[in-house]
Amino acid sequence: MEIEIQRRLEAVWRLESARIVGALTRLVRDVGLAEELAQDALVSALQDWPRTGVPENPGGWLMLTARHRAIDRLRRDDKLREKVETLGRDVEDRQRTAAYDGTAEFDAVLDEDQIEDDILRLIFISCHPVLATPARVALTLRLLGGLTTEEIARAFVVPEPTIAQRIVRAKRTLGEKDIPFEVPPPAERAERLASVLEVVYLIFNEGYSATGGDDLLRTDLCQEALRLGRMLAGLAPDEPEVHGLVALMEIQASRFQARVDGDGRPVTLAEQDRGRWDQSLIQRGFTTLLRARELQRPVGPYVLQAAIAACHAQAARPEDTDWAQIALLYETLLQLAPTPVARLNHAVAVAETGRTAAALSIVDDLTARLHNYHLLYAVRGDLLARLGRMTEARVAFEQAAELTRNRPEREVLLRRAYACVAATA
Amino acid sequence: MTTNGGGPPATPELYARMGAFVTELTQAGVLLASGGLDPKGTHFSAADGQVTMTDGPYAEAKESIVSFALIEARTEEEARELAQRFWSVVGDGEGDMRRVYGPGD
Repeated sequence: MEIEIQRRLEAVWRLESARIVGALTRLVRDVGLAEELAQDALVSALQDWPRTGVPENPGGWLMLTARHRAIDRLRRDDKLREKVETLGRDVEDRQRTAAYDGTAEFDAVLDEDQIEDDILRLIFISCHPVLATPARVALTLRLLGGLTTEEIARAFVVPEPTIAQRIVRAKRTLGEKDIPFEVPPPAERAERLASVLEVVYLIFNEGYSATGGDDLLRTDLCQEALRLGRMLAGLAPDEPEVHGLVALMEIQASRFQARVDGDGRPVTLAEQDRGRWDQSLIQRGFTTLLRARELQRPVGPYVLQAAIAACHAQAARPEDTDWAQIALLYETLLQLAPTPVARLNHAVAVAETGRTAAALSIVDDLTARLHNYHLLYAVRGDLLARLGRMTEARVAFEQAAELTRNRPEREVLLRRAYACVAATA
Repeated sequence: MTTNGGGPPATPELYARMGAFVTELTQAGVLLASGGLDPKGTHFSAADGQVTMTDGPYAEAKESIVSFALIEARTEEEARELAQRFWSVVGDGEGDMRRVYGPGD
């Protein structure tokens, strides 16, 4: 019975913790303290529920209990109250501060209409640029995903104390620098949103790059990133890039089963069994991408990457791929975000339109900047092989094999290197 | 999840409560699709190569809500919690919760 209650509580916590921590942060203006108070409520539930049974509205129970704790704390702690009052920027905030100073009805601070905004504020503060990227990732999973430190550590294959420390430091930094709990003002919005999207996409890629074996927890990260992305799309529906990122993740996730073979070796897009692509995710990706376009605002990097992914998803067979369109989308993407990796992908698209030599010269120009990136050499090897320059191709594949840290991938590359030898023999 | 009917007729209040719940779940990134279903519908059964069609309705009271919601939850427990909340909004009636398998299952 107690185990069952614990499991229910765990589920309720995961579903509700972002709302609770968000609402409390608005009250006490300190993410760290808010989470601490929310955790206290969780402990109360663990103690009370086995005795009283699970309340009819368990999420509401947690929220109320946590708010009680926050208000208690504010009543007892003069310094905290002063800080909150100083930080309460707008009139509305000051009114709210006044509401729990005295006998005001408890319901006065249970303003449900604020909660969605609280979650959005919580996302923005968790992904604040003042924090290093790994700290942003850990804090986001913790506060918005309701994941435990242990779960985050296992998912990222990092020792638990490392994650715990990252989270503690991140909360401290936010407190020390008095980072406001707010949806960023228009002038900062684009930059701050980019920081949020980066974190979500990093979480997704961490899961997506996991292959085989003990990686189930890591692949859960993809689901988590999708959930975060959809949450963000629901809260900030006017941002095309949010929909772009969700669409990109949905279409990429549709290939999840096809992207590795039975032995955990990565399978290239061209060789994937397209029958194993998840059509419902592809459809959802298309719909999401449409939503981004319907906003009729200038496209950003995520929308473009999603459009590229959609081109691939539309091709029933690899030879049906519209490479000219993809090359064009990459050219637009490069104008916005001229990253070396995008340039490399552009080279691949150019090669697929038949311009192999042009593609090779793009790749050669990138060598200095991507000299540690195994895929550069893998692409180079492929292009050289197409041009019949087998000896050079072999060297490139071997370089790629040496640089990759992924063992199954190394096997694939070494096999290709060997095939070059065989071709010249 | 489905509601198979059997509950009270839908009132404007119920629609309003359900609307708020749907918005909340959408904003939480949980709700992927939802919709009302025509309680009429057609039932199919096949045996020994013989397909039989029977026209509805199937719901006990045709005014009551017949609907579906496609949600994405991280665990079975989370799905159950969400379903419980859903039913606390709907009130009386019955329905089913089933897992949707993907290509990887």
